[in-house]
Amino acid sequence: MTKTINLTLKIWRQSGPDRKGRLDTYPATDISTDMSFLEMLDVINEKLTLAGKDPIAYDHDCREGICGMCGAVVNGRAHGPEKGTTLCQLHMRHFSDGDTVVVEPWRAKAFPIIKDLVVDRSAFDIIIQAGGFISANTGGAQDANAIPAPQAAAEKAMDAAACIGCGACVAACPNAAAMLFTGAKISHLALLPQGRPEAAKRAINMLKTMDRLGFGNCTNERECEAECPKEISIVNIARMNREFLMASFFSEEN
Amino acid sequence: MPLDAKIPGGPLAEKWDRHLFELKLINPANKRKYDIIVVGTGLAGGSAAATLAELGYNVKTFCIQDSPRRAHSIAAQGGINAAKNYPNDGDSIWRLFYDTVKGGDFRSREANVYRLAQVSNHIIDHCVAQGIPFARDYGGLLANRSFGGAQVSRTFYARGQTGQQLLLGAYSALSRQIADGKVQMFARREMLDLVVINGQARGIVVRNLINGQIERHDAHAVVLCTGGYGNVFFLSTNAMASNVTAAFRVYKKGAWFANPCFTQIHPTCIPVHGTYQSKLTLMSESLRNDGRVWVPKNPGDKRSPSQIPEAERDYFLEEKYPSFGNLVPRDVASRNAKEQCDMGKGVGKTRLAVYLDFADAIKRDTKAVIENKYGNLFQMYEKITAEDPYETPMRIYPAVHYTMGGLWVDYNLMSTIDGLFVMGEANFSDHGANRLGASALMQGLADGYFIIPYTIGGYLAGAELPDVSTDHAAFKETENEVQSRTDKLLAINGKRTVDDIHKELGLIMWEYCGMARNNEGLEKARNLIQQLRGEFWENVTVPGSGKDFNQSLERAGRAADFLEFAELMIMDALARQESCGGHFNEAYQTEAHEARRDDENFCYAAAWEFSGGDKEPQVHKEPLVFENVDLSQRSYK
Ligand SMILES: Cc1cc2nc3c(=O)[nH]c(=O)nc-3n(C[C@H](O)[C@H](O)[C@H](O)COP(=O)(O)OP(=O)(O)OC[C@H]3O[C@@H](n4cnc5c(N)ncnc54)[C@H](O)[C@@H]3O)c2cc1C
Ligand code: FES
Repeated sequence: MTKTINLTLKIWRQSGPDRKGRLDTYPATDISTDMSFLEMLDVINEKLTLAGKDPIAYDHDCREGICGMCGAVVNGRAHGPEKGTTLCQLHMRHFSDGDTVVVEPWRAKAFPIIKDLVVDRSAFDIIIQAGGFISANTGGAQDANAIPAPQAAAEKAMDAAACIGCGACVAACPNAAAMLFTGAKISHLALLPQGRPEAAKRAINMLKTMDRLGFGNCTNERECEAECPKEISIVNIARMNREFLMASFFSEEN
Repeated sequence: MPLDAKIPGGPLAEKWDRHLFELKLINPANKRKYDIIVVGTGLAGGSAAATLAELGYNVKTFCIQDSPRRAHSIAAQGGINAAKNYPNDGDSIWRLFYDTVKGGDFRSREANVYRLAQVSNHIIDHCVAQGIPFARDYGGLLANRSFGGAQVSRTFYARGQTGQQLLLGAYSALSRQIADGKVQMFARREMLDLVVINGQARGIVVRNLINGQIERHDAHAVVLCTGGYGNVFFLSTNAMASNVTAAFRVYKKGAWFANPCFTQIHPTCIPVHGTYQSKLTLMSESLRNDGRVWVPKNPGDKRSPSQIPEAERDYFLEEKYPSFGNLVPRDVASRNAKEQCDMGKGVGKTRLAVYLDFADAIKRDTKAVIENKYGNLFQMYEKITAEDPYETPMRIYPAVHYTMGGLWVDYNLMSTIDGLFVMGEANFSDHGANRLGASALMQGLADGYFIIPYTIGGYLAGAELPDVSTDHAAFKETENEVQSRTDKLLAINGKRTVDDIHKELGLIMWEYCGMARNNEGLEKARNLIQQLRGEFWENVTVPGSGKDFNQSLERAGRAADFLEFAELMIMDALARQESCGGHFNEAYQTEAHEARRDDENFCYAAAWEFSGGDKEPQVHKEPLVFENVDLSQRSYK
């Protein structure tokens, strides 16, 4: 049932990349439990604006859990307390009247803060540029049904391809590793016949790039899988490691 | 200037091939001498930028989001059409062409739509080569499903995330070109104006959204792929940053805007539930493959759906349109849902909803099968409404979704400004007065992968393009205009927020320029919009500075353009005294309440030319000539 609740928000405010940040406290009153978390922040921002104060900066776009633009650490959890849910799809019915809610940006060396809850995730784009593609120019493809792909493999590829690149895995990992993100892309392409020709090169280049960008190492904490809003499995990390090992030992790309 | 669509001669099926042969070419070594700006990295922009770079052009690409992978196209759920006829159910290029022209209520260009159907098959081939994980059947071949307005299964899909997967495909191709140094990517940039020199598009002025810097970028041609303007209604299924700004600014620079009143209201969205609401969520049309739409037979019936016996339910689409049933086109489905609610048969708290029921499908196919097909959509529904659609029917209502109108382009996708090309949802070209499901993704990728790569070469090879740089006076002047507009917005310091005013605009548009329109309402809306625009420029408040990351300022600029553009929509709706597709003027309907076209007087695309200042824009008419299909009253009975 719809009702309204009152909360105390503690939100990370930081005016720029090199500035010092701090947690500021804001009351959130008469919040409908049907609101999404971002709609709740909209309400706070409207009030701040009318009071002549600087509204809270946060990234968002689709508000449907698919673009990967939104994200913040809510009470210590990436994207908040609900499993398999992005911040934009988190609804206020999961909070109780009187709760204190702490909201912070993703924290990782590779994701510098731009303002308040907004971070720079361009490192993810650079990882993809290192090999997260199949080198097929437009125009030369044969008929789509000429390469059948086993249904089970295609489904697994889709499971991995569902990654929205939000960065929650990095934010959740004690080492700020990007293994789940990178593993998901490597797996998606390695599972499909079209992706095999470049599989070895892809694994080597993407992993090297990931290391170079300052992401941490994987120590099997499994936090990434637990916090991933798309519930991407760490099986993808294992598959990436296998691809990498095979590439390192047996491939000509080495 | 007369409107010349430059449609090649010859029989319909041969036009494109013939045109390809006739287009001038640029030799591979010379392509690197040309710089091309692509604004937008959705399906249209992402695919174009990647392909142009593969060909050897130097490409500069821009987007608002922090990464090209996040363009609004990512949210497309249901699928993409192609005339593959893999299911062997009688599909063909001709049938896809015909369905699309008819679905658009005969207000699109035959030659463009035929070409779209022709290249649709190449899109699927290319996407599979890129590794898009489309759904497959047990034998490992591609699977299809059905969408509205068609009696064949021609829609390819990747669960309920087709747009995401197609966009990630284009993004991966783009990433490869970025790594190769052929594409320079500028993310978190908003194009605020076009630079025109000697009548040719030669560059853009953008705001760097991180630090507020105004930047100039030059090129030999500009390709605009900035998406649709559905957010003029504030509430829509579009992403929050979707806007009309880029399109509207180029309109003011001389690009004509076609059919702005053609907007699509999608029948299956989660109903509005509160005034704080920021957007509406689509429940994909693919759900109508298995879901049955109904309302109680008796107005005012407040029983819960499970208590309403079969005999007291009205499956109004199946009843009224036996051959297409729940899969009638969107405009028809939306209007019928509204009609039922207007009769008092709506359901839910607000009474502005109808049921979409999966009980029969679950009984027939098992829950597991339904879950496999639509799992993520059901989950999304449950997250938002806290109701389980496996147990109780979904409640849905129409919402603004897509805009068929857009910048006028010729057969080469070039606007009325030389060297300014427009693609994807931002142009007007292929969907007439109503777009069929799964055809926007098709169009975006057709434009980007398979049309612009050829037609832009034809332009560049034939145009005289003197050297210009960003030091040119036109750049300086445009930058000044942009800067002073930003300063003006920041200086108003009034008492209402941007969203507050934008919401009010949305309500006006929804009420008077939404699913049903009439002349009196449109006139009234025009007045209201003018007043609201006055209010905005006197009483809006935009906090912060222009030299900083400032999301309020971004929204203010977009809302300001919507406030002007809305009036153009109204004028277009008033000028079109007929009903067609998504444009339903109550004065023009058949006895069965279907849209009644007036082919004698309105069989044209209306292209609006900005006349400067407060002067009324001028309308130009491109007659639509149908040589291959009969203009008929659309019937889905
Ligand atoms: C919820 C939903 C579901 C849909 N499902 C389907 C479906 O199943 N099948 C189908 O065929 N269609 C579907 N559609 C429609 C389809 O998704 C869109 O029409 C299509 O993706 C538009 O693509 P585009 O490339 O033209 O623009 P967009 O994807 O909207 O991209 C616009 C790009 O332009 C950039 N941009 C915009 N303005 C500026 C500016 N001023 N400066 C710089 N950059 C700018 C943006 O950053 C973005 O990169 C759906 C639409 C919605 C809303
Ligand atoms: S805003 Fe797109 S995933 Fe949250």
